[in-house]
Amino acid sequence: MKKNWWKILSVILLCYVIVAGFIIDVPALPILHETIRNLFFHVTMWFAMMIIMLSSMVSSIKFLSKFKMTADVWAVESANTGMFFGTMGLLTGMLWANYTWGDWWVNDPKLNGAAATMLIYLAYFVLRGSLDDEEKRAKVSAIYNIFAFTMLIVFLVILPRMTDSLHPGSGGNPGFSTYDIDDSMRFVFYPAIIGWTLLGVWILQIRVRTRFLKMKINSNV
Amino acid sequence: MAILQEIKHLLLKELLLEKRQKYSFIGILLYVVSTVFVCYLSFKIITDVQTWNALFWIILLFSSVSAVTKSFVSEKPETQLYLYTITSPESIILSKLIYNAGMMIVLSMLCFGIYSLFLGNIAVDIPLFTISIILGGVGLSSLFTMISAIASKADNSSVLMAILGFPIILPFLITIIKLSTNAIVGADWSESYQYIGVLLLLNLIVVTLSYILFPYLWKE
Repeated sequence: MKKNWWKILSVILLCYVIVAGFIIDVPALPILHETIRNLFFHVTMWFAMMIIMLSSMVSSIKFLSKFKMTADVWAVESANTGMFFGTMGLLTGMLWANYTWGDWWVNDPKLNGAAATMLIYLAYFVLRGSLDDEEKRAKVSAIYNIFAFTMLIVFLVILPRMTDSLHPGSGGNPGFSTYDIDDSMRFVFYPAIIGWTLLGVWILQIRVRTRFLKMKINSNV
Repeated sequence: MAILQEIKHLLLKELLLEKRQKYSFIGILLYVVSTVFVCYLSFKIITDVQTWNALFWIILLFSSVSAVTKSFVSEKPETQLYLYTITSPESIILSKLIYNAGMMIVLSMLCFGIYSLFLGNIAVDIPLFTISIILGGVGLSSLFTMISAIASKADNSSVLMAILGFPIILPFLITIIKLSTNAIVGADWSESYQYIGVLLLLNLIVVTLSYILFPYLWKE
């Protein structure tokens, strides 16, 4: 029980986020209106994804410095879990965009960044698939992972600042931080980030354990 | 400085190989010429700034992939093993980066010449456009050098080059297209400094990462 407190915390936080996310009063901003509630379910997905992808890169660095296969399992499973959150982020965003901007996909630096992220990690899986030798696969993909993630951070940090975005909060569009009138949203937003990230870690832990068990079974046969 | 000596010798080796196998550079050049000619026959004339610019960079992107691929992918494993025994991995990656950057600058200048000849030159600010070509050439070559080193470890490396490289090159490509658009329309230089800064930063990051990561890749 002592070890699992964070799982309980995750469930409690997410229940709170889902309930509070739909019933709290939100500021009535132009364009956004009630859809601002998507902040708790869409934006937080990307936060959780980036944190989990960061852990994937850290595992890759760990692998290169110690050459332990366990670090490789952590890296690939983090990438898998991150992709799951990325897909959810894209879907929630597209659904929202369809009602707010009137189209499923628009040309926007943040959307391009999201698409590039997905492409990079899909390429990472293809690279892993095309290498047969386990140690070589672990090493080469770890190098690509570090290389790609660093470029990705540059992409996501620098480029959106150089152009206007359609996203709320940038390019003169209303967002919850621009007006800063409603602190109550923060009380849901930050717990949501923590909750989704913890859920991600939970999924990640289960995936890694399954992978280890499979490896064990295979080595016994 | 042993590393500088090693880099010098490795560069001389690359140049000597190039001299002996002239067909490889001429082959890439022919690739550029035929691509431009295909575009010329399909478009006839381009007056739109965006189309002209995008087409130019797409041609350069694809020719840089095929030009840089040979640096690791088409190198024999025996040669790599031999080099491994006599030099350090740092000097190998640095010499490849320098060599490919030089080659891409030459190639992209020639590409610009041929492209202007067939499709017409609409760039107003030629010096700035030249700067963007140099920065673009160096950036494309250094990024694909590292990707080629990674892809050479796998089996279907020519396919991997594109799928590994293209998503990572995106930030670079977007910035370079913005910079060269400024050059084409003749915008004030003060508007372009931030793009030049970002491009230099990206180049620096790619070179540093290659320098740090390549030794791990090299060890078998």
